[in-house]
Amino acid sequence: MKKSLKSFTKHYLNYSVIGAILIVFSIISLVSPMKTSMVFLFQQITVAVIMALSLSLVVGFLGELSLGHAGFMSIGAYLGGKIALVIIEAGDLKSSNILVFIVAVLVGAACAALCGFIVGFAALRLRGDYLAIVTLAFGEIVRVIFTHSDPESFGGALGLKSPSFGMKETFVLVIIGILLILFTLFVIQNLLRSKAGRAITAIRDNEIAAKATGINVTKHKLMVFVISAAFAGVAGVLFSYANSPVKADTFDYNYSIEILVMVVLGGMGSINGSIISAVLITVLNNRLTTILTGDNAVFKDLFYAVILILIVIYNNAPGLKGFREKYNLKNFMNKILKKKHDPSEITNDAARWDVVPTKIEMNEVLSTDIVVDKVGRGDDSADIRERGGNK
Amino acid sequence: MAKFIDSVKKYVKDLFPQKIQRKTIESDYVLETENLGISFGGLKAVQSVNLKIKKNEIYGLVGPNGAGKTTVFNLLTGVYQPTEGTFYLSGEEFRGLPQEQTNHKGIARTFQNIRLFNNMSVVRNVMVGLHNQDEYKCTVLESVLRLPRHFRIEKKMRERAKELLDIFGLKEERNNLACNLPYGKQRKLEIARALATNPKLLLLDEPAAGMNPNETEDLMDTIRLIRDKFDMTILLIEHDLKFVSGLCDRITVLNFGTVLAEGTAEEALNDPEVVKAYIGN
Amino acid sequence: MEIIMTIINGLSIGGTYAMIALGYTMVYGIAKMLNFAHGDIIMVGGYTIVLFFPISPIIGVIASVIFCVTVGIVVEKSAYKPLRGASPLAVLITAIGVSKLLQSSAQIFLGSEPRGITFNFGNIQIGSVSISVLTLITILCSVAVMVALTLFVKYTKTGRAMIAVSEDRGAAQLMGINVNFIIMITFIIGSALAAIAGVFLVFKVQDVGTTFGAMPGIKAFAAAVIGGIGSIPGAMVGGLVLGFIEAICGMVPALSPYTDAIEFAILIIVLLVKPTGFLGKKRREKV
Repeated sequence: MKKSLKSFTKHYLNYSVIGAILIVFSIISLVSPMKTSMVFLFQQITVAVIMALSLSLVVGFLGELSLGHAGFMSIGAYLGGKIALVIIEAGDLKSSNILVFIVAVLVGAACAALCGFIVGFAALRLRGDYLAIVTLAFGEIVRVIFTHSDPESFGGALGLKSPSFGMKETFVLVIIGILLILFTLFVIQNLLRSKAGRAITAIRDNEIAAKATGINVTKHKLMVFVISAAFAGVAGVLFSYANSPVKADTFDYNYSIEILVMVVLGGMGSINGSIISAVLITVLNNRLTTILTGDNAVFKDLFYAVILILIVIYNNAPGLKGFREKYNLKNFMNKILKKKHDPSEITNDAARWDVVPTKIEMNEVLSTDIVVDKVGRGDDSADIRERGGNK
Repeated sequence: MAKFIDSVKKYVKDLFPQKIQRKTIESDYVLETENLGISFGGLKAVQSVNLKIKKNEIYGLVGPNGAGKTTVFNLLTGVYQPTEGTFYLSGEEFRGLPQEQTNHKGIARTFQNIRLFNNMSVVRNVMVGLHNQDEYKCTVLESVLRLPRHFRIEKKMRERAKELLDIFGLKEERNNLACNLPYGKQRKLEIARALATNPKLLLLDEPAAGMNPNETEDLMDTIRLIRDKFDMTILLIEHDLKFVSGLCDRITVLNFGTVLAEGTAEEALNDPEVVKAYIGN
Repeated sequence: MEIIMTIINGLSIGGTYAMIALGYTMVYGIAKMLNFAHGDIIMVGGYTIVLFFPISPIIGVIASVIFCVTVGIVVEKSAYKPLRGASPLAVLITAIGVSKLLQSSAQIFLGSEPRGITFNFGNIQIGSVSISVLTLITILCSVAVMVALTLFVKYTKTGRAMIAVSEDRGAAQLMGINVNFIIMITFIIGSALAAIAGVFLVFKVQDVGTTFGAMPGIKAFAAAVIGGIGSIPGAMVGGLVLGFIEAICGMVPALSPYTDAIEFAILIIVLLVKPTGFLGKKRREKV
């Protein structure tokens, strides 16, 4: 009995909670419609959760930093939204229906996935800081191109007029959003808790060993970038239905950082952590925006910055190791639940969930050029130096 | 600028790797290298190494620091590509294969400085080793959709990993994080992971480095056990000459990238050239 | 005549980028971290000169250098030093946090309204070309800074210690070099250069907002990477490359909206084809 409960919490708890939220939300919406602002908040949450899940795959599990995830989302929003508009116009429909939405999601995801494939190629050659800069540059390029696009086709600086379901009941979009979260969770969680997921975490932990153990690093890295970008594209389509007009400036570097904060706060390599922190931050964001008006709104940014710095320092500073072992969430929870701490207990392939992956060692970051050239994949410089010394 | 154009050309060439015609030869040996060599920008790090390793043999590669032993390993596992010569595993040419292919086709290795998947549990480390085998094939789509094959394969992999861990006496620790294991056990885990890839030839890079005499004894037993139980051929690098002469059937002594002597441990180590290289005149 | 103008513009923009890029490159080479907050140090310098300029231009410049250096030291000691030895990804995320922190603090203290100064340096007429004095000062000053920095690194004890730390931190420490001190010196030099670049940018743009330094910062990093990160001449080359691209794009109306995109695209191409940049050293992985 106890074992089956444990297996349930491991595999299905998050689905059940999200499903329960979906049911409760639908019932409430049908019985007494919520305020528009409330529904809008829910829409934002669904988009944020999908984005956080998608980025968590790259940062938490593959251990590469992407600073341009908003770029993938923007491609989904623009191209998915545009295709919906085109279909609506061509079919002489008044507004979007669910079929059009599905087509839009597929197109948005596919376009974003294609870009993910291209960025993935960069990830094969570059690592660490360099890759972060390339993804950042990618995001900026996408933004600049959409901002200066032809006003006729993508709306230019004014933004793309976005499709909608044309109904008064905007909560339908939230229900669709929650269903999409469930789908994203299904794919990402199953992927990570399988053979492929183990390979991905192995690459994060030690790329050289992964290669020597027979893992096709190229294939897995590209796969992660494609899947992650596709889901960012899905989030983008959802966003384009929820916000009108879609402006390219929304998807700037700051937005990418906001998602990164969610993933870092939720714990690198923790799916549920990412979901929870995405919800928390979006709600907090929304509350703070209403409370802090005018110039005070900046305190929100200050708050995030401080949180980000403190969390990373707490989790990673070598000097704080003792402190960290004494005061952490796990001990705290165990104290509350009066449970004995069992250090050998690991439930999944996640990294120690609070720590930024240490896959990239400093000397490896600097050695960006690991390509096959005529000679081979690197040189045995130490060997050579010693040989020189021997002579 | 000319340099930059060169690197553009190189990049384009990398994108479309040339097909290398690989041949097969008749060979009684598990590993046969033919004038294997590599030079880095004019400096010959390893040249004309001819190894012939018979099945079920424990073969030692010995030499002073910087003799090019690890470079030979890197050549054999596809980390570097040889600039001259070639090598065959059971008569099949291996030159030009990428690392993961080399492993898939039967050469597994361990590293001088242990490289484990530190943030994964011990049993999962070994399961990663099983990935490449056709026996445990399962597509990503099948895993994501949780089709029956996924569960079947997962169970099979876990069982096999447990079996392997049992042989190395790591079964009790299977749920610990790999980085929390003591040093000696980390070495064993690395060997277990390499064996999980079901190789024909196992390369061990300084397996006894940093071990005390007791642990070294233990390791020698383990290596013999591997040879007998898995019907394995083993090539190992080691500095500890006692370890080498106690364990290896035959050895090759390298210095400055060239072969100084080969034969049984006793013969090779008493060779005047070898004595000169180690002790001086 | 347009060609000469483009060249001079390119030199001036490139010089500014090169100065910022030098800060990036030195911090990256020595502290082995990507200091994302470097761009915001420029912003700090910009605000300081705006505030102090009415008192006296010279005091303004000095104040902005001093203030930037102080901010640089505080950031290094409080945010980066605890993470020395941690994974680079963690340090990078912290640096992003610091960047946001500086931006929002600036907004809290100074408000969201952009501030600016207008000061006309006048023009010089050479033949038929009229060149702004500011442009000339920028070029001269950046050349002077680069020469001074190269001499400093090559011929002083501290400079050579910097090279040692960047080659091998552990070995440098064993040789009696105070690594923490060297890293602090690096941050001081980087911040001072950022302050000077900030001053030039303020006179050029004449409008300082909280994200004033972000874009020049990112582009300067791109310049450092294009030239080869860790290499001082590389930062200059990279800065000039980007400067000329920007100047050329500025001259062609069809390209000018896409200037940023073109620059970033070139960065990506250079990185993919030659990850070490034009002058960067090749280091390889040991298996």
